[in-house]
Amino acid sequence: MSDETPKINLPDPTQLVVSNSPHMRDKPTINVIMFWVVGAMLPGCIAAVLFFGLAALKVLLISTLSCVIAEEAWNKAMKRPSTWRDGSAILSGILLGMNLNAGAPWWICMLGGILAMILGKQLYGGLGFNPFNPVLVARVGLLIGFPGIMTTWDKPDLGNMAIDGITAATPLGLAPGETLLQDMLLGNVGGCLGETSALALIVGGAILIWKKLIKWEVPLAFVGTVFMITGAMHLVNPEAYHSPFVHVLSGGLLLGAFFMATDMVTSPMTHKGAWIFGFGCGLITSLIRLWGSYPEGVSFAILFMNALTPLIDRGTIRKPFGFVAPAKGEA
Amino acid sequence: MSDKPRKFKGGVHPNDSKALSAHKPIQEAPLLDSYKVIMHQNIGAPPELLVKKGDEVKKGTLLAKAGGFVSVPLHSPTSGTIKMIDKVPGPTGISVPCIEIAADGEDEWDSPFEPITDWKTTDPVELRQRVWDAGVVGMGGAAFPSHVKLSPPDDKKIDMLILNGAECEPYLTADHRLMLENAKEVVIGGSILARILGLESCVIGVENNKPDAVEMLKKAAANHSVHVQDLPVNYPQGAEKQLIYAITGREVPVGALPMDIGCVVQNVASAAAVYEAVVNGRPSIDRITTVTGKPLVDPGNWKFRIGTPISKALELAGGITEQPAKLLLGGPMMGIAQSSLDVTTMKNTSGILLIAQDEVSQYTSEPCIRCGRCVDCCPMQILPATISQAVENHRFDWAEQLNVMACIECGSCSYSCPSHRPLNQQFKRAKVEIRAGLRKKG
Repeated sequence: MSDETPKINLPDPTQLVVSNSPHMRDKPTINVIMFWVVGAMLPGCIAAVLFFGLAALKVLLISTLSCVIAEEAWNKAMKRPSTWRDGSAILSGILLGMNLNAGAPWWICMLGGILAMILGKQLYGGLGFNPFNPVLVARVGLLIGFPGIMTTWDKPDLGNMAIDGITAATPLGLAPGETLLQDMLLGNVGGCLGETSALALIVGGAILIWKKLIKWEVPLAFVGTVFMITGAMHLVNPEAYHSPFVHVLSGGLLLGAFFMATDMVTSPMTHKGAWIFGFGCGLITSLIRLWGSYPEGVSFAILFMNALTPLIDRGTIRKPFGFVAPAKGEA
Repeated sequence: MSDKPRKFKGGVHPNDSKALSAHKPIQEAPLLDSYKVIMHQNIGAPPELLVKKGDEVKKGTLLAKAGGFVSVPLHSPTSGTIKMIDKVPGPTGISVPCIEIAADGEDEWDSPFEPITDWKTTDPVELRQRVWDAGVVGMGGAAFPSHVKLSPPDDKKIDMLILNGAECEPYLTADHRLMLENAKEVVIGGSILARILGLESCVIGVENNKPDAVEMLKKAAANHSVHVQDLPVNYPQGAEKQLIYAITGREVPVGALPMDIGCVVQNVASAAAVYEAVVNGRPSIDRITTVTGKPLVDPGNWKFRIGTPISKALELAGGITEQPAKLLLGGPMMGIAQSSLDVTTMKNTSGILLIAQDEVSQYTSEPCIRCGRCVDCCPMQILPATISQAVENHRFDWAEQLNVMACIECGSCSYSCPSHRPLNQQFKRAKVEIRAGLRKKG
């Protein structure tokens, strides 16, 4: 056997890497996850451009660019490595655009980008450390600073406009007829870019759930809670309260439920926590919408629940496999 | 008969890469000029040396006797003389004592005991003693002395023996080939183990990616009260607690042992070693090992005697076509990375694996984005991301509260982490720190 082994090569031991197990890693990295979420946003973006034209595209582009530039400028100033390639700034930028009106001036988009990335994220230490959803920090910041601009909605170009700004002036006078619901489903209503086409958002949400990028419990609990509370009120007094379908399809509810409340960094890690989180978002949204002074409550509801996330995580620490209650386990 | 196995919560599905060697029959490795047998091959106390330099030994001669109850004797893999008793690099990188035997080429047997052909009527105590005398350990990786698991205290009633043929580690096919080619040995070994425990039957659990092995085992088990249970493919299906749950639905309590819930688990290779010890009267001096990896010319499965250097095993597999990034003993999920080709095989060496450069990359760990993948895949249902945070803050007390001690170090969390955080490594460290009682005040 020794004479027929002239060409056998063996590894060079000095070149071997020694490290801890496991020696295999699953493929998805942070940027793969982020780009899938961006992909799930695309149906909503396309719908927005279809209904609002190039103005929507302009808003999306400026928001995205300003988020990326703001993050990179901060990294430079803080002498930190560049992070835009992880995709989180791009995703935030697109989400920010979806939260703005098609007619928003360029400087609102830029200011939003700076607020989201610096105030909402980098001041806390960057990706993974921000307690609040950065995009919602920007949206609420802009809403408080520029209420006029932030609550003026453009009319979609396609088809008839039944109502002017479903979120600005909840059309309680309008009977929630079929045409209205149909328009809301397709996106033929006023609102910011991501608040128009419910259908496109549902398609995006389905992609997120299918790719297991979000916990399905959050949107289900969120939308379900809003539907039930507003539905109950509608049954009690249909004159004063809107149909639950209008509530579910209007405003930022679907955008919030699928894309904002499910932000991994700012929502609970366990499935039990996700139920509680989604329920809390739905409850607060309903309270604000039905009895609050703001017409829309999704942003505030999610931010409020973001604040409770560490508490929810603490409260939902699960029992390990084979857990025995200490009292019984004495042996 | 075949009730459906339960699915444990969590788990991951890495690419199993078993096709490299699954179709290769077991080959007997040729006799070497010398063997360097690492002395301490079992969990527990090291054995006590019985030979000295210059001694003549035969194949099967006792080299060292058990150094306590949780310890096993060690036997010579071939006939020859003791060349030296020295230290060699061990699998963990630390030098360990070893006995080098210069082979005389005769390979002459001198087993310390006789075959027990009528094992069906032999006293179980005698059978258990034989398992101990033969030096059988858990050959799936842990190398825990088999006879200890077969000696439950009187207050523990054992009603279930499970043979672990899950082989859930990617790449490894040694147990697969063993069950396929030596199904009879596995089944009879299992029956002997059942008799020792006073049981009528046992269950062999096999992941259903090995349908041919399941079929052969079922054929071999036809005349025995051995039940073959195929299990869904889900890493770590072969982890003791997950296997018990899949087959019996029982959960081993945190901090307890399988015997506390009436179960004993033995690896299929250990069962085959028990067959050899009892029916053929031969001690445990060899095992089937998968030598595999993309950089190898000809991956396969070999029967190596203990003390075979890794370099010899790699030569048998035709050597390499490209420099690998890593050399592992065991599988890619739990295997130990090696820095020397002089490390020798032991009773628990289930695989020698080369990982190609393009299969690994050096990652910088990024911040946790709280995606919860580790939480979803943890088979012990603890919260890896939260524990990781505790460890990074040196809060080992907090890590302990979060049940880090329940971690089985399967590596699923690290595997799934998109930020490439060293979760498994942190938990290993936390366990060491907690065991050492080094708690820091937070």
